[in-house]
Amino acid sequence: MYETLSSFAQTGGLLLFVLAFVLVLIYALNPRNQKNFDKAKQIPLNDEDEPDVR
Amino acid sequence: MAENGTRASAATGTGGDIMFIAAVLVVGAIWSLFTAARAGDPLMGAHAMMFLAATALGAFALVSHLSSGFKSDQSSYEFGVVKAGVFASVFWGIAGFLVGVIIAGQLAFPNLLYFPELPWTSFGRLRPLHTSAVIFAFGGNVLIATSFYVVQRTCRARLWGGLTPWFVFWGYNLFIVIAATGYLMGITQSKEYAEPEWYADLWLTIVWVAYLLVFLGTLMKRKEPHIYVANWFYLAFIVTIAMLHIVNNLAVPVSLTSSKSYSLFAGVQDALTQWWYGHNAVGFFLTAGFLAIMYYFIPKQADRPVYSYRLSIVHFWSLIFIYIWAGPHHLHYTALPEWAQTLGMTFSIMLWMPSWGGMINGLMTLSGAWDKLRTDPVLRMMVVSVAFYGMSTFEGPLMSIRAVNSLSHYTDWTIGHVHSGALGWVGYISFGALYCLVPWLWKRKELYSRVLVEWHFWISTIGILLYITSMWVSGIMQGLMWRAYNEFGFLEFSFVETVEAMHPYYIIRMLGGLLFLIGAFIMAYNLWRTARGDVRESEYARDAGLVAAPAE
Repeated sequence: MYETLSSFAQTGGLLLFVLAFVLVLIYALNPRNQKNFDKAKQIPLNDEDEPDVR
Repeated sequence: MAENGTRASAATGTGGDIMFIAAVLVVGAIWSLFTAARAGDPLMGAHAMMFLAATALGAFALVSHLSSGFKSDQSSYEFGVVKAGVFASVFWGIAGFLVGVIIAGQLAFPNLLYFPELPWTSFGRLRPLHTSAVIFAFGGNVLIATSFYVVQRTCRARLWGGLTPWFVFWGYNLFIVIAATGYLMGITQSKEYAEPEWYADLWLTIVWVAYLLVFLGTLMKRKEPHIYVANWFYLAFIVTIAMLHIVNNLAVPVSLTSSKSYSLFAGVQDALTQWWYGHNAVGFFLTAGFLAIMYYFIPKQADRPVYSYRLSIVHFWSLIFIYIWAGPHHLHYTALPEWAQTLGMTFSIMLWMPSWGGMINGLMTLSGAWDKLRTDPVLRMMVVSVAFYGMSTFEGPLMSIRAVNSLSHYTDWTIGHVHSGALGWVGYISFGALYCLVPWLWKRKELYSRVLVEWHFWISTIGILLYITSMWVSGIMQGLMWRAYNEFGFLEFSFVETVEAMHPYYIIRMLGGLLFLIGAFIMAYNLWRTARGDVRESEYARDAGLVAAPAE
């Protein structure tokens, strides 16, 4: 029981984390997201002195 | 992002937030009355009385707030709580640095500063007072204040939860007072950086969950579609600290009216849990939280976007994935299984990549605008902070290598390493954020004096350099003396000989700390005058003649 559970948690956890990280890399390095990132990095510089209350 | 009824009422400060705070005050008052009356030990009695006084003050503040008919205005940001956080940060910073200088003096002159009839002045009680004051009181208030500022501005939404942010601020500072007075009275559960006892831990849990809800609530009602990267770091800090705090403080009190508890873990499991907590307090409190400050305040002060947003995403996720495993490097050559030690060491080495990626991202934000370092001492402070971040995150993994650790562990090298991170990275990025925040919050065009920032910068930098270089020499010497054998296989030096050899370095370290403290006093004066609206005309008139456009 312990062996099964621990190998599931360890190997499964490893695969899950690596897969999740690969997805992060795909998201971050995908050239199609470049436009969104260019907009996002301007957020601190474009802010205004009042909240948006629309 | 559509506002439902409950959220709207909570946000205007007439609904859930008042009920929640009132309920906490009532339950807290009942608990502290009961505990004060039946305290199992006088220390618990003292703390119950303090809790009782705090609930009375809280009830008074709540009632006077409600009767003043104050209506919070959704069309403005909640900056009052940020201003309070700036005050608290400066106050606790100076208190914490002062205690640091005192205990450095105790180490350098143990006979002069030893008062056996006053147990609360002993090193053993003042040391956790210093560490908690600088990390949790100073650093914590900086993080709460800046996170409340940044999340509002980058989400273009007022803080969620009406009065709840104020509950977070006062509740957190009550925790600090309970912790600090507890150390002085001799209350400790003897876990490093987690010394407060079970009832203080429970109180912090309530406050921290409220903090998480305020932060998440503000993110939920954001008007900006994208969540800016600084908020990711703040969120990781809040969530991970909640998890670490709860697990490491799992304990059974001796009785409900006793200040003493026993940990749920024992032996090596206890040690591993403690250093899983301890190292991630470094990783998620002192790193992730302050990286959020870096990602907002450096671009803002330099008036340039962050170097690479793509890199910031990879930086964030790789830091999150790797840091949590590094804790076992605190337990080399102990009963911890060797594979676990090796795991901690390996992940620590891997941390070089995200750490330096983040450092490059912060530094390169200035690419094309390096001249601002010459004219803007606030920006320079933050950039030097990032350089210290790079230096201490290079040193840390090096020290986690088992062979290096066999020399460095239990020596002053560790103390020097911690302070290059704490004074250089955490201290300077916080000072930079405070220098930015005060003119922004009090709507001043400039700081009172930029020359005083120069003085602060250079005095503190010399202080940090004295501190870390003396601890390198002292620590490596100490490690080498401990492992020196003579030709018969006996130890070359007795322990007290190593202590004697370190005496000059302890004096240098104390002087370094003193310079850092003086710098903080200069900052407090400058910020105070800035908030009052004063400007040193002479300085700015001269600058205006020299540079066409002020570097802001």
